[in-house]
Amino acid sequence: MSARASGASPMSTEWPLYEVFVRGKRGLNHVHVGSLHAADDEMAVRHARDVYTRRNEGVSIWVVKAADITASSPDEKDPLFAPAGDKVYRHPTFYTIPDDVPHM
Amino acid sequence: MSHSAPDPGHEDGTVYDEALLGTDTSHWAFGTDFEDPLAGVDTTVPAELDAGELAAYCLALGDDALVMSHRLSEWCSNAPDLEDDIALTNIALDLLGQARLLLARAAAADPTVVPALPEGSPAPVEDALAFFREAAEFRNVRLVELPNGDFAHTIARLLLFVTVRLAAFERLVTPADPWGSDPVLAAIAAKGVKELTYHRDYAGRWFLTLAQGTEESRRRLLAGLASVWPLHDELRAAYDVGPEVDVVLDQVFAVSAVERPELAPMTGRGHTEAFSRMLAEMQVVARAHPEGLW
Repeated sequence: MSARASGASPMSTEWPLYEVFVRGKRGLNHVHVGSLHAADDEMAVRHARDVYTRRNEGVSIWVVKAADITASSPDEKDPLFAPAGDKVYRHPTFYTIPDDVPHM
Repeated sequence: MSHSAPDPGHEDGTVYDEALLGTDTSHWAFGTDFEDPLAGVDTTVPAELDAGELAAYCLALGDDALVMSHRLSEWCSNAPDLEDDIALTNIALDLLGQARLLLARAAAADPTVVPALPEGSPAPVEDALAFFREAAEFRNVRLVELPNGDFAHTIARLLLFVTVRLAAFERLVTPADPWGSDPVLAAIAAKGVKELTYHRDYAGRWFLTLAQGTEESRRRLLAGLASVWPLHDELRAAYDVGPEVDVVLDQVFAVSAVERPELAPMTGRGHTEAFSRMLAEMQVVARAHPEGLW
């Protein structure tokens, strides 16, 4: 996929792959909603509008080339994330959250 | 080795879980929060307007949208790529929505325009107008009824159509337009302006891309433009638009390095033969099942 996305393959005639993030009307932050192909960044925003905001989902769109995303490897899951699993004192669970705080 | 972006549907990467967003689905407004473009609008025909003429004007605007929508919908599953397939059908749906409101307004202004339905048919007036009129009764311009060519032909046609229609709709929402004194027509136009602005942006960007893309894409675009341009005069006359349209078209032509075509307008009027075939396909189901409820 990364070869195709970067256009490095001589066989590649496909547009690069973009990942799409949409912020909902009353949502908190941009959320990954899917991916699509587009020739350039501007076209990717418009394609994202057409493909992912048809049902009134969004008020803001981010797109980024999939090839530009660096992701953690599933093989590193344990060394990266397991150490946080037993540190309950890092969670703010010892406070009472007021009722009028909507998103916590 | 690189990896794809995190999958939000995967249990390890989800951000849709209840802990973060709660169970309040209004975050995403799926199926909620839709706006009725005619909410609170007075539907009485203003005394200063002739109801028959208003109906005729609404029919013309509605038929253009209906027929263009149908031609665009023929791209469904046939577009060059999935994203543009959805884009073209989105535009078709926007136009179908305009058609529905405009045909309903025509029927409300002058009920005599609505054709008689087979007995027992529950079809609403806008469906009666769309599916039970003959070709000669449609008031759309010929530009929108031409059979589809390739994608470049569709882009050239769409650019001309939505540029002219947007100019007319922008005028309809101002006091300068006599028809704008109909509050329903003004409300439909206000909704349409936002839609058409996007359609024009879509068509304009593709026009430029095809013109400045490859030799083949440019060849196809110029061929498409040449085949629709002779119907440009009829379109402009129907919408009574002026130099504001040329400002836009000349700008698109300039950045695309495309000469404004100098082709004689197509003569005659009425409809093309292809329009009858299109209508036959569009109307066949409704006519075969006049008692159907959709």
